[in-house]
Order: sequence, then structure tokens, then C-alpha cells
Amino acid sequence: MSDQTPVIEVTDLVRKFGERTVLRGISLKVFKGDTLIIMGGSGCGKSTLLRHIIGAMRPTSGSIKIFGKETTTMSDDELALNRRRYGMLFQSGALLQSMTVGENVALPIVEHGKLAPDIVDLMVKMKLEMVGLTGFENLKPAEISGGMKKRVGLARALALDPELLFSDEPTSGLDPIMTAVVDKLTQDLTKRLGMTAVVVTHDMTSAFRIGTRMIMLGAGPRQGTIIASGTPDEIRNSPNPEVQQFIRGEADGPVPLKLSKDDYINRLLGTPRPLEKAEH
Amino acid sequence: MKSYLELNLGILYWIFIAPFGGRSISLSQVFRQMIHIGVRAIPMVSLTAFSIGVTLAMQAAHELKRMGASIYVPDLVAVSLLRELGPVLIAVIVIGRSGSAVTAELGTMKVSEEIEALNVMAIHPVRFLIVPRFLAMMVMLPALTIFGNYVGMFGGWMICHFALDMSTAGYILRAIQSAHVWDLYSGLVKSFVFAWLIITIACDAGMRVEGGAEGVGEATTSSVVWSLLAMLVSNAALTAIFFFAA
Repeated sequence: MSDQTPVIEVTDLVRKFGERTVLRGISLKVFKGDTLIIMGGSGCGKSTLLRHIIGAMRPTSGSIKIFGKETTTMSDDELALNRRRYGMLFQSGALLQSMTVGENVALPIVEHGKLAPDIVDLMVKMKLEMVGLTGFENLKPAEISGGMKKRVGLARALALDPELLFSDEPTSGLDPIMTAVVDKLTQDLTKRLGMTAVVVTHDMTSAFRIGTRMIMLGAGPRQGTIIASGTPDEIRNSPNPEVQQFIRGEADGPVPLKLSKDDYINRLLGTPRPLEKAEH
Repeated sequence: MKSYLELNLGILYWIFIAPFGGRSISLSQVFRQMIHIGVRAIPMVSLTAFSIGVTLAMQAAHELKRMGASIYVPDLVAVSLLRELGPVLIAVIVIGRSGSAVTAELGTMKVSEEIEALNVMAIHPVRFLIVPRFLAMMVMLPALTIFGNYVGMFGGWMICHFALDMSTAGYILRAIQSAHVWDLYSGLVKSFVFAWLIITIACDAGMRVEGGAEGVGEATTSSVVWSLLAMLVSNAALTAIFFFAA
């Protein structure tokens, strides 16, 4: 596999918002057929990283190549052309509220192809069938549940049979059976059709089920850096206590939840003060 | 201001240049917006225009009757309606109804990631969302103005016919004689300019929304206020150009 050009190649990606550095020198490679899982605590920069890869944000410095083409310097038109080759599932589904479920799924097909309406209908039915939503074509997004919206979002992301799929928390809000269905779908598409997937998720069961490579972004002082990367087995056996805390979902560990008494008082009152005076 | 100018250039690009590259505008979207902005505004516009016509005729009759010049009531109604009150007051209705709705809709789409989703699907939001609204507004505001002119004249006729005992034929004849075609055209030019200002201000405010429901609310308010201001100032400027400069 190593002789291939990677589908995604990120080198030394840095992003600052004013004074705050959110991504500090992220580098990663994703090859065809891989499923890359991006993990990390809330606010660690996962979504920012994803937004940079899809080209919705421009980095402060660094390089991002998708299908071997540098995207950070692309014009909007070139970016749009590249984007036709990938699909994205948003965290909220991001369906157009003014259109029905069927019209939402049909949108990329109608906008980027010149197919007869009958064929488009057929394709929409096939995509909805894939996510277990046959017969929901004529409902508006406001009339279906959050989990259903997400599945429609997935059907829409897959409408043009993308070579590359980005998912932002694809399984949050889904019941365990639907989570398994969505995972199975992603696996089928990557294994059988050679699709590449990049998945941001908190759901560890799902992550270890579908991931072929995983990276974890750090918290606290190491925020915005990759603290661990490797195959699911390497991550599972990682000696890094932060990684272990995260994948086991434990409250206590290197990522502090509870502070010591002194730290707590200092944070609360702003300045360190001697405790003796408070105690008579 | 920069984003506003970019939006205007973007709209012109997608209407006049992009279609030659095979990236055409969806007409069904334009018609959908024309129904929202135009057809559904008909009851409100009718009531407004009718009230203006009736009011103008009553005010004119009250003053002119004392001088025995009631015969000039239709002249006054026609001229003030076609030149000023028709275009301006119908624009006010459309700002309140559609300008605010467009800002709120686009703003909500912005905060719920829908605009970003369109970008990722390589569907340009200006082409897909704004151009249909722009074209619909450019057609429907002048259309509503013409329609409102008729309804307003009908309101004036009711007063003249029932209160001043004027014959229908007499009313129509006086109205046609006093109002020049230029009065109608100047009103229509105004309503084209108003349409442009209203829809571009509304879309720009919507696309710049940040930060949730509060942002949508603020943008909607500022869209309505700026549209009204821009409309009234441009109305004064156009009146100066049409009736004083020449």
C-alpha cells in the first residue's frame, strides 16, 4: 500500500484563532480503503481538523493534499470540483429544512448530473434503503427524529458514490441496532468499493469496529497535537495513560476532572491565598 | 460593506456569466420564491393599496371640495399613487414580509450548518439560495407595485363615485389624462431599485449570521431597519433625479 499516493495527506497543519492555537502541527496520511478514526475529548480540535480537511477553513500554515492535490491554495472553483468526489455527514445531519427527505438526497444527484427524473427517484430510493429509511421520501426533516435525520444525511453523503466519506459523529443519537447498521454500511463501502472514510467519533465500540487506523488528539497542554496513532490494536494496547483513560471511559486519570482543594480555591478566587488563615 | 459588494458581484456573476459555462439557475426554485415573495403577498398588498387609495381620495376631496375643484381628485390620487406612495408603501410591506423572512431563513440555515453542507456538496450558496430569491424579488416587487396601483386607483374610485357622485367614466378619464406614462415608469424604476436593495440587504444580513438564535434575531432586525433606510433614502434621491434634475 505504501507505494500509493495517499488519499489525504496533511503535513504540519497549524491553525490559530487570534492568540489561541487550536491545531499545532498535525500530520497524517490516509490511504485508499482505510477508515481513519479521529478521537479526542470535547474541544480538542477534532471538528476544526475535519473542517480544514474538507476545505471549509483555511489553515494558518501547513499543507493538505486530497487525491494528491494541494487544497490550501485552491480557488473556490477548484475546491468545488474536488468536492464532488467526496461526501460529508454532518453532526446534525444538516438537511435543508425547506426540502423533503427525498429532495435532500436527490440534491447532489440533480445538481451534479443530468439524469432523468425517474432514475434520480430510483437512486434516492436505493440510498434511503441503504440506511433503512424506505418510504420516508415525502416527509420534511422537521417531521423525523434526530437519528433519522442523521441517516438521511448519510444517504445524501453517499448519493454520488463518493471516493471519500467524512463523518462527524455518525452514530451519536442512534440506537445500538442502527449504529451497527451504519457501521456495517461504512465497512461494506470501504472494503468492497474501496471507499476511504474519515470518522470523528466518541463512540468507542463503533470506532474499534470500523477503524483501520486511529489517531487521538490531546487535551490540556497537548491540545491540538496527535498524542497517539496506529491500528486499533496498537491503540488498544497503547501504554499512554491518557489514551487508556479515553478508550475505557474513566472519570479519573491523567485528564483531571477533580482538582485538589488548593487548586480549587485558587481557581475560584483567582489568586493563591494561604489556607491557614481561613482555618482558625 | 465588503461582503455586501462581493454578494452583489456574486449575484451578477451567477446570473449573467455562469449560465454560459453551463451552470444554469434552477427555474423551479425561482418560481417557488416568486410564490413566497409575490403571490402570497397579494392580500396584504391589496389591503394596503386600497387603504392608500381611499385615504388619498378622502384627503384630496376634503381640501379640493372647498375650492370647488373636486374634479381634480382623480388627478391627485393617480399622480401621488403612481409616483410615490404605491412603490414606497408596497416596498414597506415587502420588507416586513419577505426581507425579514429571507434574512431569518438564510440565517437559520447558516447556524444549522446547512450552508456549509451546500458548500461541501459543491453547490454554491449564492447560485442555489440567493439568485432565485433575487430574481423573484426583482420580478415580483414591480409586479406587486403595478397591481397595487390598480387596487389603489380602485379605492380612489370608491370615494369619488360614492361620496363625490363622479361617474366611473369621468374618474377613469381624468386619471388617465393627468397621469403621464412617465409617472408610472418612474414608479417602476423606483420599485426595481427598492427590490435590489431589499433582497441584497436581506441576503447579506442572513449570510453573515453568527452564533445561534440570538444572531438570527439581530440580523433580522438590522435587515429590516437597513432596508427601510436604504429604500427611503434612495427614494428621495430618485425623486430628485426624476423630477428636479430634468
